[in-house]
Amino acid sequence: MSTLTFALRDSTTMLRRNLLHMRRYPSLTLMLIGIPVILLLLFVYVFGGTLGAGLGPSGDRTDYANYVTPGILLITVASAAQGTAISVAMDMAEGIIARFRTMAIFRPSVLTGHVVGSVFQSMLSLVAVTGVALLVGFRPTATAVEWLAAVGVLAMITFAVTWLSVALGLVSKSVETASNLPMPLVLLPFLGSGFVPTDSMPTPVRLFADYQPFTPVMETLRGLLFGTGIGVNGLLAVGWCAVITVTCFLWAKALYNRGRTA
Amino acid sequence: MTSSRKPAIVTTELRKSYGAKVVLDGIDLMITEGTIFALLGPNGAGKTTTVQILSTLLRADGGHARILGHDVTREPDAVRELIGVTGQFSAVDNLLTGRENLNLMADLCHLDRATGRRRIAELIEQFDLAEAADKPAATYSGGMRRRLDLAMTLVGDPRVIFLDEPTTGLDPRSRRAMWHVIRALAAEGVTILLTTQYLEEADQLADRVAFLDHGRLIAEGTPHELKRLIPGGHVVLRFDDQEGLDSAARTFAAATRDDAALTLQVPSDGGVGSLRSVLDHLDRDAITVAGLAVHTPDLDDVFLALTGRPDGRADQPDDRRDTRAGRSGQERASAR
Repeated sequence: MSTLTFALRDSTTMLRRNLLHMRRYPSLTLMLIGIPVILLLLFVYVFGGTLGAGLGPSGDRTDYANYVTPGILLITVASAAQGTAISVAMDMAEGIIARFRTMAIFRPSVLTGHVVGSVFQSMLSLVAVTGVALLVGFRPTATAVEWLAAVGVLAMITFAVTWLSVALGLVSKSVETASNLPMPLVLLPFLGSGFVPTDSMPTPVRLFADYQPFTPVMETLRGLLFGTGIGVNGLLAVGWCAVITVTCFLWAKALYNRGRTA
Repeated sequence: MTSSRKPAIVTTELRKSYGAKVVLDGIDLMITEGTIFALLGPNGAGKTTTVQILSTLLRADGGHARILGHDVTREPDAVRELIGVTGQFSAVDNLLTGRENLNLMADLCHLDRATGRRRIAELIEQFDLAEAADKPAATYSGGMRRRLDLAMTLVGDPRVIFLDEPTTGLDPRSRRAMWHVIRALAAEGVTILLTTQYLEEADQLADRVAFLDHGRLIAEGTPHELKRLIPGGHVVLRFDDQEGLDSAARTFAAATRDDAALTLQVPSDGGVGSLRSVLDHLDRDAITVAGLAVHTPDLDDVFLALTGRPDGRADQPDDRRDTRAGRSGQERASAR
């Protein structure tokens, strides 16, 4: 068999291992879906009336559900990232990683198994959260092609954030650290256009909000789902995702090869 | 007899340090194919580091190591194809069942489905895991976990196996079961390098034994050769008063006395015959003894004999034994 065949086979084996872990440990997945769902319900049913009125003269709770869902979807991605960092850190603490290192396998397969497994887990969470959003009034006007593009954008940001969380899981000395490090990611949609338009913020906050990576992603999603203007945001979103993916992939690879044996 | 066989593990001048701390200070090993080689030494002697370098987990700072002709640094993947490692710390996936763990190994060893399934069935049978095979590894006892661990190592039929303290923490029964498995592997022609803190284990299993202390090999040979380096055992007699000690010391001229502790160390091979002779002498001279302990040679004695000092194992759980070994160390050192 060629190197590529081995790489594929080992990565598939590791993916199967990670999917099996998720099945054995469903509480983690449920918790990761729970956080965005609770935030969604809170923002639609508690704050939604007032915040909806702030969107425009005729704005109401339904308008706000439409506005906030892309932000909630990114919180879903960030929340799943926390799970990835935790499971990577847990894995590294186990003796089995040392065993993998002494076997003639495609070395990055341990990481690719985690990444593909986590992307799968995130996409599952996104489907579940979108389902709840539809129930509470989220009514996108997108065509099938626009939906497909939105799924693509979500997959892209999920892939990027997953590599980041794999690196965070590897750099953590303990599982507790790994569970705390990705926390700021969950806050990022708040400090962007996730919950309120950025032009309502004071200048320093608005500058941060306008130029952080999640904002163009959320604006692109809104554009695709509701036909609002995307402008340069589409390109920015793709660019940010590519930069995060490549940087964090190289970082994670270096951390993994550093060889923490103990 | 063994000269016609190829060397399986060869190291020359292997060195490793962490910062200023030298862990391996030039290790030369030559292990013949199909033999069991035991690396003995206290904690921190460099046993695990040696295994980690030979199993491609760590890179040596200097020197060379070859496994069946392949250099561990330059051809790590060729080496990984040939070896199996069972470390000190359990390397099983706790969330998976025993069978799933073995399946994982079969997939990673790139066995085809039929071969993998057959191999796993054999191993489950051989390692007495049939009942537990479909339970998560997290529920296994220490002995079962170790058996699963070793079974996982064997899925790919490795030619060279590293066992890092394979029986540490096991109860006597599980330890014997593990010894049985290790012997059977060697009988099939597999080369085994095992590290251990137990002299008895090396004695039971190994064709050759090497002593590692502070990153250096201080002795190497067959268990028989090595045991000749170890001084014999002794009987420790404890007395209530100075007179008792004095009269006993007159009876046993070859003994070493400790006036502070009121004890006398009488050389003995630890056998019933020599013990009876000691008791007969005490009886004949009507000496009252407050207590008696028989001391057979152990790892402490070997270290003492080879280095002239107690090994200073800090984590020895049995305090009394530790004190005794320490005390006899001082005595013997002063007797020289």
